[in-house]
Amino acid sequence: MSQPHIVVQDLTLAYGPKEVIHGISFQVQRHEIFGVIGPSQSGKTSLLRCLNRTIDFCAEASVAGAITVNGQDVRHVKDVYGLRRRIGMVAPLPVGLPLSIYDNVAFAPRCAGLTKTSQLDGLVEHCLRQAALWEEVKDRLHSLGTKLSGGQQQRLTIARALSHQPEILCLDEFSIAIDPVTTMRIEDVLKELRRHVTIILVTNLTQQARRLADRTMFLWSGKIVELDRSEVVFSEHPANRKTYDYVNGIFG
Amino acid sequence: MFAETPQVRRKLRQEAVAKWVLSAMAASMIIPLLLIVGYVVIRAWPSLSLGFLVEMPTNNMRDGGVWPALIGTIYLVVLSLAVSAPIGVLAAVYLNEYARDNWLNRLINMAVINLAGVPSIVHALFGLGAFVYAARFGYSIISASLTLAVMTLPVIIASTREALASVPRSFREACWNVGATRWQTIRAVVLPNSISGILTGLILQVSRAAGETAPIMFTGAVFFKSIPRGTPLPYGLHESCMALSMHLFTLATQVPDVKESVPFATALVLLASVLLVNAAAISLRVFLRSRKRW
Repeated sequence: MSQPHIVVQDLTLAYGPKEVIHGISFQVQRHEIFGVIGPSQSGKTSLLRCLNRTIDFCAEASVAGAITVNGQDVRHVKDVYGLRRRIGMVAPLPVGLPLSIYDNVAFAPRCAGLTKTSQLDGLVEHCLRQAALWEEVKDRLHSLGTKLSGGQQQRLTIARALSHQPEILCLDEFSIAIDPVTTMRIEDVLKELRRHVTIILVTNLTQQARRLADRTMFLWSGKIVELDRSEVVFSEHPANRKTYDYVNGIFG
Repeated sequence: MFAETPQVRRKLRQEAVAKWVLSAMAASMIIPLLLIVGYVVIRAWPSLSLGFLVEMPTNNMRDGGVWPALIGTIYLVVLSLAVSAPIGVLAAVYLNEYARDNWLNRLINMAVINLAGVPSIVHALFGLGAFVYAARFGYSIISASLTLAVMTLPVIIASTREALASVPRSFREACWNVGATRWQTIRAVVLPNSISGILTGLILQVSRAAGETAPIMFTGAVFFKSIPRGTPLPYGLHESCMALSMHLFTLATQVPDVKESVPFATALVLLASVLLVNAAAISLRVFLRSRKRW
């Protein structure tokens, strides 16, 4: 492997006086699926918000330590909007913006300044196909995105996250609001995407991380308990006993 | 299995009483409205005609119509809203979308809340000092409109903020996540989805501005002013004007031997224009709600 895609160095995050991430360091390789598991309150979502700097919108948050993407420190990025477009983000609950399906996907490219209808048309179709939604919505692209079912909205959210052609895709517990069939379809999509995109997969479903992730990081209370190849993390003998207990549901 | 125990019967009785009392209270709201409108209509009946709307007052305001007062009120309302609506809405957008929790914004918030609580007679004195004398606008439509604008601003800010806050935060986060700036987010998602609430708040301030007497009495409204017929804009901005609320006050307290139905007819014109604007607000709200998209 060449230079790592993302390097996190001594990342510490506090909301006001409450520290939620306690100096963690890890690297994500280019075009791998990087699984992050851990119970709620372990800092998984906050970690993603530091990565694309939407943590800036949270006034009381203070971040220390460095996150570099392609060797560039995200804290010193001038064009933070450009940074966010390099990182696709999918939230736990599907958010169809109250716009048409087409506009939901075209929103990010338009914000970036792309206005040519011919280019947008192609891009929208491409993203909807990537998110396995095109066949279901191609005849009603101009109806409301919010009228779609939950599973469809989640795929719409993924299409929107892909619309700005990110090099990193972060999925934050994307499957908690959708059915198993749709989940499997999206997992297939992810396997396809990983050929040209680095994927960070935050999940509560340890099985999902086992199925998809090349390497998995087990976060607990803002600290890394274990980070290794998924075969090891999910094996009978991970380095840390806690990991085995968590993965097998004996934890706590 | 579902036997009617005493406990169940008591519960049902409580439920029935609660429902009856609450609905009676709600229904009692209709009574004052009907009484007011009915009373005013009956007393105003002898003077009602289309001519009453479009004629000048005659015979020292004992006869004739309310034309200059009606036009004056329209002037004042339109001009004051033209000032307070953009300032109020944009200030509310800043406070709700951009402002962080620091001393300056807490100060702004406090100013807005306290300004909303200032009685209209105090606004009148402020308008007299600030616009009539200090800014040298004189006793004029401009001074009166600005005074009304200052009076309606804090309420517009409050209602707009409420409308903005009703847009779910998840929409904003979704926009930020794909690299939209705050302004792009506001324009594409926040404003289109709060516009019905914003407009409702604005239009309610129209009726408030139309009805207030004290602020304009001190700053630009006169007992009587003759205006030229047949021009769409009979008043100049630096002139004083008549207004419906002021006219009603004059007729009721300052003019001896006025025909009884004339002040009531004036009141009816004021009431009808306010109700008309409110009805417009409601239908606009219904229309925009029907297009609400989540």
